[in-house]
Amino acid sequence: MTKNQKPSEAQTPVDPEKRMRSMSRRSLIQAALYAGAIGFGVFKLANSEQADGVPWPFRKGQETNEVIWSKALSAQRKVPTFSATQVTESRQNGDYGLSEDVDPEAWRLKIEGVHGRSEPVEVTLDQLKKMPQTEMITEFFCIEGWSVIQRWKGVRMADFAKVYPPMSTDKSVPDLTNGSNLVPYVGMETPDGEYFVGLDMKSALHDQTMLCLEMNGQPLTADHGAPVRLVIPVKYGVKNIKRIGVIRYTAERPKDYWAQEGYDWFAGV
Amino acid sequence: MASYLEKKHPLTVRWFHWINFPVLFIMIWSGILIYWANSVFTVTLFGHEFFKFFPDWVLSPSAPGWLPHWVPTADSESDGVKVRMLWDFKQRLAEGMAWHFFFAWIFAINGLLYVLYNIFSGQWRFLVPGRGALKESILVVLKDVGIYRKSLPERKYNAAQQFAYTGVVVMGLAMLITGVSIYKPSSQSWLTQLIGGYSVARFVHFWTTLLFLGFFVVHIVQVIRAGWPNFRGMITGYEIVKDRDSK
Repeated sequence: MTKNQKPSEAQTPVDPEKRMRSMSRRSLIQAALYAGAIGFGVFKLANSEQADGVPWPFRKGQETNEVIWSKALSAQRKVPTFSATQVTESRQNGDYGLSEDVDPEAWRLKIEGVHGRSEPVEVTLDQLKKMPQTEMITEFFCIEGWSVIQRWKGVRMADFAKVYPPMSTDKSVPDLTNGSNLVPYVGMETPDGEYFVGLDMKSALHDQTMLCLEMNGQPLTADHGAPVRLVIPVKYGVKNIKRIGVIRYTAERPKDYWAQEGYDWFAGV
Repeated sequence: MASYLEKKHPLTVRWFHWINFPVLFIMIWSGILIYWANSVFTVTLFGHEFFKFFPDWVLSPSAPGWLPHWVPTADSESDGVKVRMLWDFKQRLAEGMAWHFFFAWIFAINGLLYVLYNIFSGQWRFLVPGRGALKESILVVLKDVGIYRKSLPERKYNAAQQFAYTGVVVMGLAMLITGVSIYKPSSQSWLTQLIGGYSVARFVHFWTTLLFLGFFVVHIVQVIRAGWPNFRGMITGYEIVKDRDSK
């Protein structure tokens, strides 16, 4: 690339061939330096120190994207819903944390970090079934690049949080409407701890985030995450954790299974 | 003999071009890494599948036996046998996404600045096809393949170039719109729905990538045909012009 080349006139008394040669020489050296810098830069990028399965500059990139795109997210602005005729065939993918059998009677949902409670709270399946139930038909996006439209039924996280509110950062009354004083994160785990996801509070309390009990009119099957799974339409499928055992409201960014393998922690769609 | 140096490409344009080249390359490469995770597109006519995107010779071509051992290759083991591959695009979704959504910003910003530059500098006049450009561009192509022999109007860019260079900007815009539709189909669902849904956005994004590759091939062929002085013009900015009278 050439800079500061300003021949005084197009028509020049100096032999243009000669001028071109000297200009070319300089330009080609600059071009070679540029190509070298690009090559070196890409090599350095690819070989930077790893930050959980991805070179650290890209981890920074993911975090910057998170800041940008989470601004575009509003807990109240809904994602599209569909009619019953638009429901597509279901797909099953991912069975981490589902290897053991689960007894729905003995299953408990453990909630940590509930406002005003120093001990974890345990919730039974019956208790969940008695809470307000919501139905919705939304699109589910797999990080692999496919999507399905399914009918879900369960307890919206926003309703769940009215009964089990996340703790606030300053012990004041939790502001569930805007989430302004809530701890910023929610972590969820399978009962055996094999699979775990981290969520930002805004996404977790989004209007259509749901502790799901039924899919397409039937209680969840084991491979779809019985007895309770998360359906969070503003996130990739990987965040829609199956068979939830623990919900943890927390001030610290929770660990996330796929984020440890180089994927974006935020994973918002 | 009177020949002189003529300013061909402003420095700004040369920067846009040479920034875009490696960035577009990285976007296509990382896009293939992402596409691998749900590779659904084929060329299928009358129920017969002619080609599946992508076969193994694209995703993980094996290295020829004569390739010296000091040449770095992607290696893997299957059943205890070491397999040498020229490269391996499989099982790299996380890496693909990390690069794609990093360089997408550079691709987008560089492209938008390029469009703004053209608008405000007036350079768009050289690029946007005018009246009669369609007919002329057909003649240009016919001339290139040796069917048409009469001379055509000489301008900075002929009509075929105008279509190609304007088209590639439109393609870039299509990539940006469909890209965001695929990237944020929930939170930016208005855009995804405008495009016609998630799978339509993926379809357009994929085939436009192939159009980019097609553009690239034709571009390289034409640059080689036009020869060294033309290529040099894209680096130095100048070309030597022989005075018409001395021809």
